[in-house]
Amino acid sequence: MSEVVGKLKERFGGAVLAEEVSCGQQVVFIAREALPEVVHFLHEEMDFKHLADLCGVDYQGYKPKRPVSERFEVVYNLYSLSRRELLRLRVPVPEEDPWVPTVTPIFRVANWFERECYDLLGIRFEGHPDLRRLLMPEDWKGHPLRKDYPLEPEEEWPGYEKLREKARELSRFEWGGRRVRGGEHGA
Amino acid sequence: MAPKVEIVQRQFGHPEWEEPFVVNMGPQHPSTHGVLRLYLELDGESVVRCDPRIGYLHRGLEKLSENLTYTQAMVLTDRLDYISSAANNVGYCLAVEKLMGLEVPRRARLLRTIVCEMARISSHLLWLATHALDIGAMTVFLYCFRDREWLLDIYEKICGARLTVSYARVGGVRLDFTQEIVDELYRFTEEFPGRITDYETLIDINRIWLKRTKGIAVVPPEKALNMGLTGPSLRGSGIPYDVRKFKPYDAYDEVEFEVPVGKNGDTYDRYRVRMEELRQANRIIRQCLDKLPETEGEPVIAEGAPDLLMPEKKKVPEAAPHPKRGFLIKGAEVPVVPPGEVYVSIEAPKGELGYYIVSDGSGKPWRVRVRAPSFVHISAIPEMIKGHMVADIIAVIGTLDVVLGECDR
Repeated sequence: MSEVVGKLKERFGGAVLAEEVSCGQQVVFIAREALPEVVHFLHEEMDFKHLADLCGVDYQGYKPKRPVSERFEVVYNLYSLSRRELLRLRVPVPEEDPWVPTVTPIFRVANWFERECYDLLGIRFEGHPDLRRLLMPEDWKGHPLRKDYPLEPEEEWPGYEKLREKARELSRFEWGGRRVRGGEHGA
Repeated sequence: MAPKVEIVQRQFGHPEWEEPFVVNMGPQHPSTHGVLRLYLELDGESVVRCDPRIGYLHRGLEKLSENLTYTQAMVLTDRLDYISSAANNVGYCLAVEKLMGLEVPRRARLLRTIVCEMARISSHLLWLATHALDIGAMTVFLYCFRDREWLLDIYEKICGARLTVSYARVGGVRLDFTQEIVDELYRFTEEFPGRITDYETLIDINRIWLKRTKGIAVVPPEKALNMGLTGPSLRGSGIPYDVRKFKPYDAYDEVEFEVPVGKNGDTYDRYRVRMEELRQANRIIRQCLDKLPETEGEPVIAEGAPDLLMPEKKKVPEAAPHPKRGFLIKGAEVPVVPPGEVYVSIEAPKGELGYYIVSDGSGKPWRVRVRAPSFVHISAIPEMIKGHMVADIIAVIGTLDVVLGECDR
């Protein structure tokens, strides 16, 4: 058990759900309610100034044993430049009410990471200043990285039909610079 | 008498100022280096608000990887940052090797280091070329592409591909270098430092270059770290965080090199850092080449590495043929990776490229997450261009060195 985990346990007690070491990297499971305080503590006092990565994982149908049973997890990879140490926080998120408090006030970089996580996995980040879809179109239905999202959907994105209509409408014009006579705006 | 026209200068904060002037920069703007779209609200020529809209190149790479075997998914990583694909492969392979507990032979580690640094040089050359072109120096562009062409030719000799190389393999590399490649690389490393000096002569103290880069997009060190900048963009602000030094992978712990840092954190310092990195990369290649004869004859792939052969395709017509799928691929022997999770990052030319892989003990990754430096850097654009002019946006996009293939994944 590393020094950081000891301090976390001493300070937050019940919020530290479990801990493990995976491939030589320290992992700590944190309850979501206590997340902002934990991250703030790590940032200010333990000198974890670099949030290397933030992402969500969907564990639906995952066979190996896990310390927690919730469907989703949000994973924070924190790095301390002064001690050259990587610490991974895993925050379990239940399926029925997927939300996690935001860490944007502490790490500015979390802004887009959280937006992406919301976009692809549908986990809401409470208190996020601007929670919109990022990679997918704004009117997209569903969250693609969930395990129950099909790899190849049967129906097309409705936006394509709109685009095709527009292309058909515009194809009446000759795009070399000269308009075809009789067009809507022509002659 | 003509009516008198009163010109009201509408400014932000002025009572006459109603709504901002909205400009969409991109996705087809030539200096956005791909399909980046910036939604800008302008006041005259200065930027009031900037909102980058990305996703035009989203191919669902993370979702696709979950449905491929580990070896198949590696090919997708070529398409992340297509300018330095060799480095992406190496990062992915390192992550899978760590999960499997594979030990890579020393020769393979040296070869990987060489191709990684070649990727860094070719990426930085492309960056220098386009950044200078955006700001207005045409000559540099042509010279840089001449050298980059040389490197791409060497890549072609190494593995047959120029851009999407897929050279690294889980457990090693695909092929050994021939003597011809080693000679060519020696010639390159001999010639290249002189050429860097040539480029510096062109723009280092060029008055236009200085005016366009000095004092533009200054990022203080703490803020740069908080915004998640990595790589040369962070080192320009004076923080010497380099994954090659902090978490050495491959053969970086046995070569000597320096990590150049800037002082002021402006566009010019980031330019200086990258130019210095070109020299260091050249130095690393040279040292690795010198070490290669020590490992002559060693295997270039680990013993327990998963089979490189692609599974044999069996054409089995489906009961009701799907219009898109057509045939099924069956009977594939895939390596089993023990369950676990790992976060491995490498120093890609653009910044810290991280792979977070979760394995469930089967032949396919449960989750592959790519921490792309360009994604983070684009998220920092609004903060960096606050209060600057429209023309400076070009310089900011250039100085961050973003690639949209990596950003949108």
